[in-house]
Amino acid sequence: MGGAVIEILISASFWAAVLRIASPLIFATMGELICERAGVLNLGIEGIMVIGAFAGWMAVYLGLPLWGGVAVAFGAGALFGLLHGVLVVPFGLSQHVVGLGVTLLATATAYFAYRLALPEVTTPPKITPFQAWEVPVLSDIPLLGPALFAQTPLTYAAFACAGVVAFVLYRTPLGLALRAAGENPAALEAQGVSVSGIRIGAVMVGSGLMAVGGSFLTLSAFSSFFFEMVNGRGWICIALVVFGAWRPGKAVLGALLFAGFDALQIRLQQTPLGAVVPYQLFLMLPYVLSILALIAMSRRAQVPAALMVPYTKGER
Amino acid sequence: MRLEPVANPTLLRQLGLPALALCATVLVAMALALLAGADPFAVLGQILTGALGSRLAVLETLNRATPLIFTGLAVAVAFRAKLWNIGAEAQLYAGAIIAVLLGTGAMGAPFVLPVSAVVALLAGAMLLLVPVLLKVRLGVDEVVTTLLLNFIMALFVSYLLEGPLKDPMGMGWPKSPALIPEARLPRIVDGLRLHWGFALALIAAGIVWLIQTRTTLGFEMRAVGANIRAARFAGMPVNAVLVKTALLSGGLAALAGWSEVAGAKGHLSLDLSPGFGYTGIIVAMLALLHPLGVVVTALFVAGVFVGADAMSRAAGVPTYIADMLLAVALLFMVLAIALTRVRVVRG
Repeated sequence: MGGAVIEILISASFWAAVLRIASPLIFATMGELICERAGVLNLGIEGIMVIGAFAGWMAVYLGLPLWGGVAVAFGAGALFGLLHGVLVVPFGLSQHVVGLGVTLLATATAYFAYRLALPEVTTPPKITPFQAWEVPVLSDIPLLGPALFAQTPLTYAAFACAGVVAFVLYRTPLGLALRAAGENPAALEAQGVSVSGIRIGAVMVGSGLMAVGGSFLTLSAFSSFFFEMVNGRGWICIALVVFGAWRPGKAVLGALLFAGFDALQIRLQQTPLGAVVPYQLFLMLPYVLSILALIAMSRRAQVPAALMVPYTKGER
Repeated sequence: MRLEPVANPTLLRQLGLPALALCATVLVAMALALLAGADPFAVLGQILTGALGSRLAVLETLNRATPLIFTGLAVAVAFRAKLWNIGAEAQLYAGAIIAVLLGTGAMGAPFVLPVSAVVALLAGAMLLLVPVLLKVRLGVDEVVTTLLLNFIMALFVSYLLEGPLKDPMGMGWPKSPALIPEARLPRIVDGLRLHWGFALALIAAGIVWLIQTRTTLGFEMRAVGANIRAARFAGMPVNAVLVKTALLSGGLAALAGWSEVAGAKGHLSLDLSPGFGYTGIIVAMLALLHPLGVVVTALFVAGVFVGADAMSRAAGVPTYIADMLLAVALLFMVLAIALTRVRVVRG
């Protein structure tokens, strides 16, 4: 048992899989993090990932280049983000209810559009997905090279995205305004900045990133779209934001840790252990871990002070 | 543009805006039909006749509404106390598992139905108790934990159906053995395909209504939901109220699964619930969390699903139109309710 685990941990394919599994989670976790740092819980995430997976795939299927598909996914996500933002920010509706509504609507829209476009398919059609891009020189390093530097461009983009989010959040006036919207919106308004504008903008960009995370599944991982492919990843990302204490760096570490366990359980199924333990128990691991992560962080969580608090101009 | 509160909304405003929301949903339905290349009026007509057009259609709608009344009540009870139970799907399966465990020969005739109902209720209650205790003791957000439990439960059911609860005669299909006849809910009227689960759902709605309007617990649940700080300041045992709410909500959701197995299906399979737990959220919100309203909206939602199935076979518009319309109806409705209390003004 211990030997099998060590054997898995020293294989390059394991670490390559960790980065691959983490990529969509990093995009979507960054998206949710932006929303929540601005003070808006976005439970639309699960559905927005579905619409991103579908829209990105459909665009490429219809002839757009792969990066065009990513852009379409971002746009589709931003559109549903706009819907969520308008309903919960100026109107102050329940972020829980609207978020779940957005998830249901986005999911149903993707499924409806898929069936409309391809009514009679039994095997989902494939596109040519992103291919691995080996970084010259670096990918020749033993073990590390094939694990870290022979990924698809979207994986590199996921890590770049986390870096950009962290930079913008902590090193730019825009990031300051965004964090203020989530901590002390009255102070932000006193500076002459529109809290509603910042919040809606944050939800749109954040939702766009969630959708890009979804599109990773169709454009980089699986090459076709099928029902229930997102399978709770959005909810896991909400747990990852909490686990990462609303900080981009920690959230990326959380995503990597989580992806590590996921990659491990897939491989453990192939070992003698997998013959004894039912495979469903392995598949439960990611969800159980997410709950454990929430419990572990419960006492230390530093929730943005104005998260889920609607802001009305001039009210105290 | 800004929002201005409306102090005393007129009756016209209170009724007109939700009505407008429903009309807008119908317009969306017609637009989607056009998009699918079908005649919008024909599609609306086919949904209507598919749901209500014949005796068979009406019975199908009533049957489909049964689990939705239970899950709708479960969500309505929880959301009223601002307890975000999104795990009705998992609690439903907990009840379904109990119906199989006790209903396949473990118990005999007079006791099996009432005992399995009570145990199912307890199982669902226990399943929601875990996230709620995590919430009140450790401050762990119950939205995510209840959501994640749905996925864990789905895998657990899959394990049971391929392992301990697998039907040896099932030709390899992952389904449970059939319930013994004594463990099945009988039909309300002989010859009509409608089981007692529907009647029990109506009774449950009545009981929940009585609890909410006529008991201290009901008052406390509403107080906790309206303003948890004020409730705490007034000396209410807020955590105890949340726990009791959870027990009631989880139990109701479990009865949905129990009645589906004992009444409608007679066995447990992985496709027992096409998302009844999630649809319960729509049912509850459209009913404005009113327990008697849940009965009405569950019938409406069931009708949309049953009607859309029939329409899809005839007009070729994908059945997912039903899910889209219900999500749209939900969003329009919460907006309409908000607009009864505020108005948009210039400046």
